Amino acid sequence: MMIEGKNKKQMKLSQLKVGQTGTIMAFTDLEMSVKLMEMGCLPGEMVEVERFAPLGDPMAIRVAGYQLCLRKSEAAVIIIQ
Amino acid sequence: MNIKVALVGNPNTGKSTLFNRLTGLNQKIGNFPGITVDKKTGFTKLVEGRDAEIIDLPGTYSLYPKSNDERIVFQVLADKNNSSYPDVIVLIVDASNLKRNMLLFSQVADLGIPMVLALNMTDLSDKQGIYIHVDKLAAKLGVQVIPISARNNIGIDKLKTAVAYTNKIATQNNAVEVNFLAPEAIKAVKQKINTDNDYYALQVLHQHEHLSFFSESEQLEIEEIEKVNHFESSKLQAAETIARYKYLSTILADVVIDKGTAEKFSFSDKLDSILTHKVWGFAIFLLILFVIFNAIFAWSSYPMDWIETGFGYITEAGHSYLPAGMLTDLLLDGVIAGLGGIFVFIPQIAILFAFISILEDTGYMARVTFMMDKIMSKVGLNGKSVVPMIGGLACAVPSIMAARNIENWKDRMITIMVTPLISCSARLPVYILLISLIIPQKTVLGIISLQGLALMVMYLISFVAAILVAWVMKIIIKSKEKSYFIMELPVYRMPRWKNVFYTMFEKSKTFVFEAGKVIIAISIILWVMASFGPGNRFENIDNKYQSALLDTAKAEHVKTLIATEKLENSYVGILGHWIEPAIRPLGYDWKIGIGLITSFAAREAFVGTMATIYSVDGGDADTSTIRERMAASVNSRTNLPVYSFATGISLMLFYAFAMQCMSTVAIVYRETKGWKWPIIQLAYMTAMAYFAALIAYQLLK
Repeated sequence: MMIEGKNKKQMKLSQLKVGQTGTIMAFTDLEMSVKLMEMGCLPGEMVEVERFAPLGDPMAIRVAGYQLCLRKSEAAVIIIQ
Repeated sequence: MNIKVALVGNPNTGKSTLFNRLTGLNQKIGNFPGITVDKKTGFTKLVEGRDAEIIDLPGTYSLYPKSNDERIVFQVLADKNNSSYPDVIVLIVDASNLKRNMLLFSQVADLGIPMVLALNMTDLSDKQGIYIHVDKLAAKLGVQVIPISARNNIGIDKLKTAVAYTNKIATQNNAVEVNFLAPEAIKAVKQKINTDNDYYALQVLHQHEHLSFFSESEQLEIEEIEKVNHFESSKLQAAETIARYKYLSTILADVVIDKGTAEKFSFSDKLDSILTHKVWGFAIFLLILFVIFNAIFAWSSYPMDWIETGFGYITEAGHSYLPAGMLTDLLLDGVIAGLGGIFVFIPQIAILFAFISILEDTGYMARVTFMMDKIMSKVGLNGKSVVPMIGGLACAVPSIMAARNIENWKDRMITIMVTPLISCSARLPVYILLISLIIPQKTVLGIISLQGLALMVMYLISFVAAILVAWVMKIIIKSKEKSYFIMELPVYRMPRWKNVFYTMFEKSKTFVFEAGKVIIAISIILWVMASFGPGNRFENIDNKYQSALLDTAKAEHVKTLIATEKLENSYVGILGHWIEPAIRPLGYDWKIGIGLITSFAAREAFVGTMATIYSVDGGDADTSTIRERMAASVNSRTNLPVYSFATGISLMLFYAFAMQCMSTVAIVYRETKGWKWPIIQLAYMTAMAYFAALIAYQLLK
């Protein structure tokens, strides 16, 4: 089980704000997780939110040394710490 | 001796640049059997006396496909009898992002096909402070590793030599023992399909539904193995991916030395903050769209004029030098006219694709998708649909070809289906003629011209129609493909002018050769229908005017009389009469009916046909005089003017919605590789046109 502390709160990637970082912990959708992992979003990887599209969705994150964009609904399956 | 070499790699790794480097203009586009994806092949000389056929497989992040395009990669690599099955695979990876790229390498390596690893973009990784121990990597993987820069033409010869001397038996070390994932099922499948490769067997378990070389009973048996062993595809894919990354971490740990600073993306980040800015982002995008639109609309008009003049000259010269007769007429008015109708599109296609290629190459297109996704996905379109739709204002043909950049099948189909609704430049002459007939030349509020307003309304209608139809199709079209928007945003780079040139050339060539066939066929059919009539009607017309023709003063006038009467009595004319009952409720007579039929070739042909039909009183094909004659024409049944306000509006709506363009039909056929979609499109657009025109006329008359 994961240790839950005050500054180690778990949340969805889609809830992060620009500039915030987190570590990928788990996924809530199996099928989507395969695609995300193939794109380098592995458990244990650091992600940083780079920007949101002008209309608020999708979002761009930095992961595994490159920039990836995904819809908020897709980011919501990524649980980060 | 010829060997077959397949290029495999992630998107954005410079795979197509390498393909162009290797093959130059010596490439051709074919089909993968049964799939709507282009197969690009070409030839190259590896070393003296050894040539290779290069096959460019679609870019993919993994052997587990997320789209139909990606599916091809495994379909080709899984089937030894496939005509594209390679002797050697060149796996191309982006050296500046090695780990993610190597996932695909490790999967492909485990299939046991001889391969070479091409480390591309080493110039970029050098700049980013990433150092790769090439020899160490090669030793660990058991394959040749060649650092290249496809863009700067570095290392290409070394790569060719490496491919030429690649061992016929795969030398790579097995990356991951996948047996632990599903030992029983893998064992059973290995026996069933007679292979000793665990990974191949595992892939077959995952993807056998898409491998057509298995017979129905084999499919059922594999299905049975899955069931008995509780084979859970997604779960096993996830486990395999994690195992592969674990393996890659150990392999790459002392191979890649990243001295890079956090600043390596600073340039791209700065550009992004402007180019995807709330205000500036859209403003710049609009400006770029305007430049593109202006280019295909205005710049292309000069070369298009030259092409038209050129073909006009050939036809004229042909008529004066070749012996008169049916064969000459067929050649000049059927075939040459058809060819002219094809070549005239080349400037627009080349210009639009020059821009698209630049936008793709620089990485800007990915940002467009990023910015527009939210709006466009609401109506079933894709962020990338914006470019084809704006291009549709000039011409649907290159725009539909541009929809190829949309990876998602459903989004791409919807874009193709609605793009011809956007008011293209060929509708303009029809609108102008009809507006001048029915809308008074007045201004309201001092400055707003009523005619201009009417024209603008026609353009607005076209956009609203496209969006509505897209929205309806989003609901109707079923897609098995899950729509992801998980996409790489590549770093900004300078465009490669050679790639731009290749794209322009290749797209023009594809259009001429593939859509051209259909266009020529329809041109000839239309020419036959307009030039011949049943029985001896034509002879009778010739006989009737024979004596009148002798009067040289009136010869020109008589000739037009003959032309008009012949058109009335041709198959087209008869068809025009025949469909009159169907189009009467729309406010049209048989003369308009003829116009509708001939303008199936292209909308602007309506104006030309009207000129012929109304040229009874002689005179040239001057629009203003046709306009006057059309305005004066009276319906013989009702004794009312034919071109009333109601008929005019009804006709404009008809041209707004109807698929009156054989070139578009031809290109949709070519882009979707079948008649299903062009026929659906033709049917829905014609139905929409008919009912819109019907309702408008019945309300306004």
